[in-house]
Amino acid sequence: MSPRPGFVLEVDRSTPATLMWHGEGFRLEKLPVGTRVVYGPEPIDALKDPDQAIRNALEHPLGDSQPLRTLLFAGMRLTIAFDDISLPLPPMRPPDARQRVIEAVLDLAAEAGVDDVVLIAALALHRRMTDPELRHALGDRVFEAFAPNGLLLQHDAEDPSNLVHLGLTDQGEDVEINRRAAESDLLVYVNINLVPMDGGHKSVATGLASYKSLKHHHNVRTLMNSRSLMDEHHSELRNSNWRMGRLIAASGVKIFQIETTLNTKTFPEQLGFLQKREWEWSVRDRASFLAASSALARTPVGLSRKIFHSVQAPHDITSVQTGEVEAVHRSTLDNIYRQQSVAVSGQTDVLTMGLPYICPYNVNSTMNPILVACLGLGYFFNLYRGKPLVREGGVLIMSHPTPWEFNPVHHPSYIDFFEQVLAETTDMFEIEAKYEESFATDPWYVHLYRTSYAYHGVHPLYMWYWCAHAMAHLGRVIIVGGDRAAVRRMGFSPASTLNDALELAEDVVGRDPTITHLHAPPLLLADVT
Amino acid sequence: MARHLDEEGVRVKALQFERNMPRFAAARVASALVGSGKGVKIGPLELVELEPFDLPGEGWVRVHPRLAGICGSDLATLDGRSSRYFEPIVSFPFVPGHEVVGDVEGGTLDGKRAVLEPVLGCQARGIDPPCQGCAAGHKGACERIAFGHVRPGLQTGYCRDTGGGWSTGFVAHESQLHEVPTDMSDEAAVMVEPVACAVHAALAAKIAGGERVVVLGAGTLGLCVIAALRALCLPGALVVVAKHPAQRNLARDLGADQVVKPGEHKRAARRLSGSLALESSDGGIERLTGGVDLVIDCVGTSDSLAQCLDIVRPSGRVVLVGMPGVVKLDLAPLWQREIEIRGAYAYGCEERPEGPRSTFEIALQLVRQAHLERLVSARYALENYEDAVAHAASAGRRGAVKIVFDLRKAGSGKDAFGGQEVGGPRVATTTKEAK
Repeated sequence: MSPRPGFVLEVDRSTPATLMWHGEGFRLEKLPVGTRVVYGPEPIDALKDPDQAIRNALEHPLGDSQPLRTLLFAGMRLTIAFDDISLPLPPMRPPDARQRVIEAVLDLAAEAGVDDVVLIAALALHRRMTDPELRHALGDRVFEAFAPNGLLLQHDAEDPSNLVHLGLTDQGEDVEINRRAAESDLLVYVNINLVPMDGGHKSVATGLASYKSLKHHHNVRTLMNSRSLMDEHHSELRNSNWRMGRLIAASGVKIFQIETTLNTKTFPEQLGFLQKREWEWSVRDRASFLAASSALARTPVGLSRKIFHSVQAPHDITSVQTGEVEAVHRSTLDNIYRQQSVAVSGQTDVLTMGLPYICPYNVNSTMNPILVACLGLGYFFNLYRGKPLVREGGVLIMSHPTPWEFNPVHHPSYIDFFEQVLAETTDMFEIEAKYEESFATDPWYVHLYRTSYAYHGVHPLYMWYWCAHAMAHLGRVIIVGGDRAAVRRMGFSPASTLNDALELAEDVVGRDPTITHLHAPPLLLADVT
Repeated sequence: MARHLDEEGVRVKALQFERNMPRFAAARVASALVGSGKGVKIGPLELVELEPFDLPGEGWVRVHPRLAGICGSDLATLDGRSSRYFEPIVSFPFVPGHEVVGDVEGGTLDGKRAVLEPVLGCQARGIDPPCQGCAAGHKGACERIAFGHVRPGLQTGYCRDTGGGWSTGFVAHESQLHEVPTDMSDEAAVMVEPVACAVHAALAAKIAGGERVVVLGAGTLGLCVIAALRALCLPGALVVVAKHPAQRNLARDLGADQVVKPGEHKRAARRLSGSLALESSDGGIERLTGGVDLVIDCVGTSDSLAQCLDIVRPSGRVVLVGMPGVVKLDLAPLWQREIEIRGAYAYGCEERPEGPRSTFEIALQLVRQAHLERLVSARYALENYEDAVAHAASAGRRGAVKIVFDLRKAGSGKDAFGGQEVGGPRVATTTKEAK
C-alpha cells in the first residue's frame, strides 16, 4: 500500500486526544471541537538499494557536471566536506547516509589514484563533533582511515590561516570560506537534507564560512525577511547564500554537490505510536504509550534526556542526487516536498505545537530556553510555504518544559546571553547593535569554540534572530508547562495547561478563535493558501 | 520649623545600647540562628528616657533629630556581629544613630535644620593642634578618636557623651553640622551621610576613565556608590551584582550598565573584561585569568571579599566600603595577582578638579541630582524600634532600601513611604541616667 498523504483533520467529539511532544515527555490533549490538526504524509518508500543508488547518482550527475569518476585524477587535492551533528534529527541508525556516500566517493577516489584526500566536518559556527559522533556519521572504516592520520578535520571559522576571502557579492557580502576546501581541485559536499532550507549553496557558503561571511545573512534583517525559511522563493537567507554560492563558483572553486533526502521514519518501534495518527493506535501502541509515559514520569529528567538522546532514527534514504549545486538542489526539493507537503486552506488565529527534546543544536546536550524558542519560532513556525499557518497578530502556543538549564560545555555563551542580555532586553535589533560584536569576538568563546565543544560565542544571538519573523508576526507566544521564569525572561507568557493557554490567547485574538495544531512527528511542510 | 527643648520637656527619649554581655551574646545567637535584626528584642538595646546630654564644651549645640537612619553598621552592632576592633573606640552606653537630619538648638545654626557629619574628630574633641588627618581635612582619618573632652567614640552614635540620632535629642559640635537648604526634604537630607560615604568611596577608588568596574551589593550603600560613580567618575562600564528585584531596578535606574544576580558575577566580569577562564569539571567557570579593573565591595563579608578576588584582574583594585568584620579569606590570589585592596571609610575633604571640597557638600548636591530621597522606604516611630530594625534587616527582600526613625511630632498616622504606622508607644520605656 502506498503511503498516505498528509491531511487536515477537524476535531469533533469523537476525536481522540492528540499526542504532543513536551520535551522529554508527552502530553495527550483533548483539543477543542473544530480545531484543525495538520498531519504530515506517511513515510515514503525508501530507495531499494541505497548504495547502488548512490553509485548510480555519482555516475549520472545533474546540471552541467561531469560524473565524479571523470573529475578524479592522481595527484589532485580532494576535499570531502559533510554536514555536521545538527543533521539528521534524531541521529540516524547506522549506516548514516554520510557514511554510505563518502565510502562510495572514496572508492572512486581510490580507483583514480587520488591520495591527497581530506575530510572536513562543515561546522560553520557549531560545536566540534566528538570522536564517537564523527565515527557514527562516517562509520568505522572511514573514521579509522582518516582520523588517526590527521586527515579528518573540523572546519574552524576562527582560524585565519585556514580561511580564504574570495570576494564580495554584488550586495557587498564578504565570502570567506575554508582555505583547504577552496583551494582543492575538487570539493565534494555531502549533505543530508532534512528540510528544504538545507543544502544548495547554503552547504558551502554557510557550512564552511567564517563569522565575517555568515553575518551577512545570519542577521535580524535577513531572517525577518525570510518568509519562510523553507520557501525558496521568499527567503532572504536563501538569496544571500545563493549570491555567495555563485561567487564561490565564479571564483573557481569546483564543487561536486551530493544531496540525500530521508523519509520521516523518525522513531524506532518502541516509540512507534509517535508515528501514527491517534485514532489508529493499536492496543500495542496504547500499551507502549502508557508504558513510556509512566516510565518517564518516574525517571529523573537527566536520565530521560540520556535515554532520548540515545534514540536512533530508522530513517531511510529516499533519494540521492549529485552534480552541479543548483540542479541538485532543485531535485532535492522535489523529493522533500514529496515527503513533507500538506495542503492547508486558510490561516488560523491560534497555532499550537508540541516541541520535542531535540533540535539541531542540542544533540547529546540540553535543550536550553533559547533553543526552545528557536525550535518553535525559528523552525516549526517556518514550516510553511505561502502564508504562515497562523495569521498576523495571532498566537502561538508551544508545549515544552523549557528548563532554565544550560550545558556549560556546549553552550557557554548561551548562559551569558540568557542571564545577562535577555535580562536587559529581548529586542533583536538592540541586541544585534549592542551585543553581537562582543559575543562574536569574545576571546574565551573563541577559545572554547576552537578547542573544546562549544558553539561559537555569537550562536545564541543567531538563534534568537532565527525567531525574528515569527516574533514580528505573532501577537503573543505562550509556552505551556515551561519554567515560568525562563519563559518570562524571553518575553513570552507561561501557562500551566493548554486550556489556560487558550484562555490567555483569547486576550489577543478574541473569543472562540480558530485553532490549528501542527502535529509532529512526522515533520511536515504546510502549503498554506 | 525648629523645635526647642523647652517644647519637649527636659528628658530625652532614646534607644540606648548598653554593654551587657549576656544580652549581647543573646542577640548574637538570635541573629545567627533566626537572622539579622531578630536579636533586637533580647539584645542590649532599650528604649529609655535620659537626662539631656551635657554640652561638652565650646562650640557644642543641641540637635533634635527629625529623621535618623538605620545603617548596616548599626545592624551589625545590634546583631552582635561587629568586630571587637571597635571596642576601644566606642564608649558604653551609647545611643546609636549617625545618619541624622535634625533641628539645631544653639550656635550659629540655631533654629535651622542640619545634617550631622558624625565623625568625632579633633575639632569636636577640643584637640589643638589637630592630628595629621584632621589637619588635612580628612576627618575619617582622625587619630584622636579616643581622646579629648568626650569619651572614646569614632562617631556620634557610638559615644556615651554625645548621644545619637535614635533619640529626641543629642549634642553635636558645630563643626559636625551642615545646614540643610530650606527646599530640601528631610528624606533627602537624611540620605546625605550615607551618600557622603559613597562619594568618598567612589573618589577613593581613583577610577581612570574607561575602567571596568563592578559593584558588589545594592543595599543603601551600594546604590549610593552607583549614583556617585555615575556622577563623579567615568567608568567605562559599570556592572552591579544585586540580590533582590527592587535593588536591581534601582541599580539600573541609578546608572548601572548591567545588573546581575549573585552567582552570575564571574560570568558578568568575564564578559565585561573579555577575560579567558579556567574551566571547572562541569564545564563552568572555575576562575578568570583576567578580570575587571576595580571591584567595590559594598557587602563586607568573607564571601563578598572572595568574590572580589574572583573577578578583579591582575594588578586590579578592590575597595571595601561595606563594613567588614572578622573574615576568612584565601589571600593567594591577592599575592599572585598583585591585587591592591583598600578600605573607604567615612568622609572629609575630597580633591576635585575645581579644588578641595567637603565630601558632605558634594553629597548634598548628589542627593538632589540623583533624587536619592527615593531610597527612604519606610519610617517608624522610635517606640516601634523592633519592627524598624527587623524591617531594616530584611529591607532588600521586602523591596525596601533605607529605613528611618521619624522623630517629628507630625509623624503620627499612616506613613507616606512604607505604609508603616508612625506613633503610639508599643514598648514600655524605662527611665535612666545618661551619665
